[in-house]
Amino acid sequence: MRENLAERNTLSGRVRAAANAFGLPRLIIAGFLLLMFIVAPFVGNDFWTQISNVINRFSWNAILVLAMVPMIHSGCGLNFGLPLGIISGLLGATLSIECGFTGTLSFFAAILIATPISVVLGAGYGWLLNKIKGGEMMIATYVGFSSVSFMCMMWLLLPYHSPTMVWGFAGKGLRTTISLEGFYDKALAGFWQIKIGTLEIPTGTLLFFALMAFLMWAFLHTKTGTAMTAVGSNPTFAKAAGVNVDRMRLLSVILSTWLGALGILVYEQGFGFIQLYNAPFYMALPAVSAILIGGASVNKASIANVLIGTFLFQGMVTMTPTVMNSVIHMDMSEVIRVVVSQGMILYALTRKTEGGGR
Amino acid sequence: MEEKKSFGAAALEFASNNIVPILFVVICAVCIPLSGFSVSYLLNEIVTRMGRNIFLILCLLIPIMAGMGLNFAMTLGAMAGEIALIFVADWQIWGIPGVVLAMILQIPFSILLGLLCGSILNRAKGREMITSYIISFFLNGLYQLVVLFMMGPIIPIKHFSIKLPRGYGIRNTVSLLNMRQCLDNVFAVTIGGVKIPVLTFLIIAVLCLFIVWFRKTKLGQDMRAVGQDMEVARDAGIHVERTRLISIVISTVMAGFGMIIYLQNMGNIATYSSHSQIGMFCIAALLVGGASVDRASIGNVFLGVILFHTMFIVAPRAGAAITGDSMIGEYFRVFCSYGVITIALVMYETKKRRNKSKTAQELARAAAEETAKEAAK
Repeated sequence: MRENLAERNTLSGRVRAAANAFGLPRLIIAGFLLLMFIVAPFVGNDFWTQISNVINRFSWNAILVLAMVPMIHSGCGLNFGLPLGIISGLLGATLSIECGFTGTLSFFAAILIATPISVVLGAGYGWLLNKIKGGEMMIATYVGFSSVSFMCMMWLLLPYHSPTMVWGFAGKGLRTTISLEGFYDKALAGFWQIKIGTLEIPTGTLLFFALMAFLMWAFLHTKTGTAMTAVGSNPTFAKAAGVNVDRMRLLSVILSTWLGALGILVYEQGFGFIQLYNAPFYMALPAVSAILIGGASVNKASIANVLIGTFLFQGMVTMTPTVMNSVIHMDMSEVIRVVVSQGMILYALTRKTEGGGR
Repeated sequence: MEEKKSFGAAALEFASNNIVPILFVVICAVCIPLSGFSVSYLLNEIVTRMGRNIFLILCLLIPIMAGMGLNFAMTLGAMAGEIALIFVADWQIWGIPGVVLAMILQIPFSILLGLLCGSILNRAKGREMITSYIISFFLNGLYQLVVLFMMGPIIPIKHFSIKLPRGYGIRNTVSLLNMRQCLDNVFAVTIGGVKIPVLTFLIIAVLCLFIVWFRKTKLGQDMRAVGQDMEVARDAGIHVERTRLISIVISTVMAGFGMIIYLQNMGNIATYSSHSQIGMFCIAALLVGGASVDRASIGNVFLGVILFHTMFIVAPRAGAAITGDSMIGEYFRVFCSYGVITIALVMYETKKRRNKSKTAQELARAAAEETAKEAAK
């Protein structure tokens, strides 16, 4: 700690601190994205289509990224266990269809059904994470993986009957992808949708995200929210101040899991399909790297980080394939996506955390 | 200290310490009769898989010794091995010379990757495992960049059977038919229908001896000291960062050798997926053998391979027999691999916390006694 102070007092230390705060990787990615936007029209891609694509992708993914915030705030680290929340969302989605809900109603029914499931799963997950403080991220990853592979068996075994969801000839076992047509396909995106030429803006989804982001912001400024942040930044101090550390962490994990469930439902309504079985396996990684690109660190995150990060990450993911293909006729986008997103996570993990970390 | 424990308590302690292997013995005991495989078929499969996998799993031991946990980045070595094999296949050098050349060729690649990985891990002390896990993904991206785009235009690849028809990049599978099992077939002995790849086992035995010997060297002792407590080791004059770096480099190079042994047994390279699963299966097998994040022995490796792969062979058939759907068994064995790693990680972390609080309590008690003594004076 004393070393840190000394470092801050020298000029070079201050410059370095400023550069760290600004975030070089974020700058590079923002520059890259800007370049993509500039190049796109010249290589024959319609500018407004590109913009709508980016905004659409942003609206699908933003809540999944928002789900990272509570756990980072309470000091549980990056939520690599997001698949657990996603699974509660998928259960909500499939049960809502199974119960016979249709149209926009099925979306809200799915949220209603997913909520208790995600609270129960999140409570169990949070209880586990309280037992193993310090090793959260690795165990979160494997809790996610085990639950996804467990549900792979369950999707086959659970007694679903709705003909839109099960395999046609066997009459049982859910399909790998289920179309949402007639259910909640574009349930939010279609609401007040703006169409000007080739520009399409899913107003409903954006508003829904804005509402959630506002609620999260408001929550973080309540007494409970402040206590949660205190637990994350200094658990010993928080404990001395009379905050129940374990309860705060549990609450944050439940919140994260619930937002994960909500996030996947919003994703599905934009995408138009429910993806089961192996699909949720690696869904945590894009969300994690998005919030990190937005400037969050392992123990600090804000709503602004979510906004910037999701926009930059999704912008990169959407723009690179089309632009790259037009420029050099080589689809290197997958490689770029992997290198940038994993590189971002690595960068965050290797930075020293404030307060000494572990 | 030397209190005699009752038999029941001792058995309970043994069970709680070895819950994962016991669980797997039970799973195997249930699944083997259900699968309906013959004994000789099972034995044959297990021996083959032992020859194929043990070398790869052994490479995990050294980072564990250095206190760096399970090295998820062993896939880096696997990638180095694959790249070397691709070159050798392109040059059409087959058989034993091909394998040996690939083994030599992979050494510089894996040393380079190991150095990279080790220096990143040195910057992420205390969360080595998650970092090494992400490194494996990150390097997978770079591997794709090299193999899919740079091989052809930048790195010369001549042979049409390896190159994609578009002129650059490597095909999804590279056939190693001409070196298939060439190591395994040397001195192979067949006993009662079970083929034993003697040379592969000899190589594994040499590696085991190396590990046993290595533990006793100065470097090995240093690693164990670093694994016990980094600060104490540093005070004792051990160069902590360097020691940790070396442990990762050794592990990566060994993983490269292991991958070549693995692939010559399989007979083809799935260019873009062979390495990605390797890390998880090796780690799961090691943990099934009763290893934990901070303690693993050669015995754990052997037991783990036998139990894990028995489960792997019988689960699909047993699953089909129970539920009438073969996919259930496939998913079940994946679930088992992940579940085992989860349980082992949770057990390790809870134990670590318990020990920590125990030490804290002892320290507090000692301090209290000190103050009491001071007061008495």
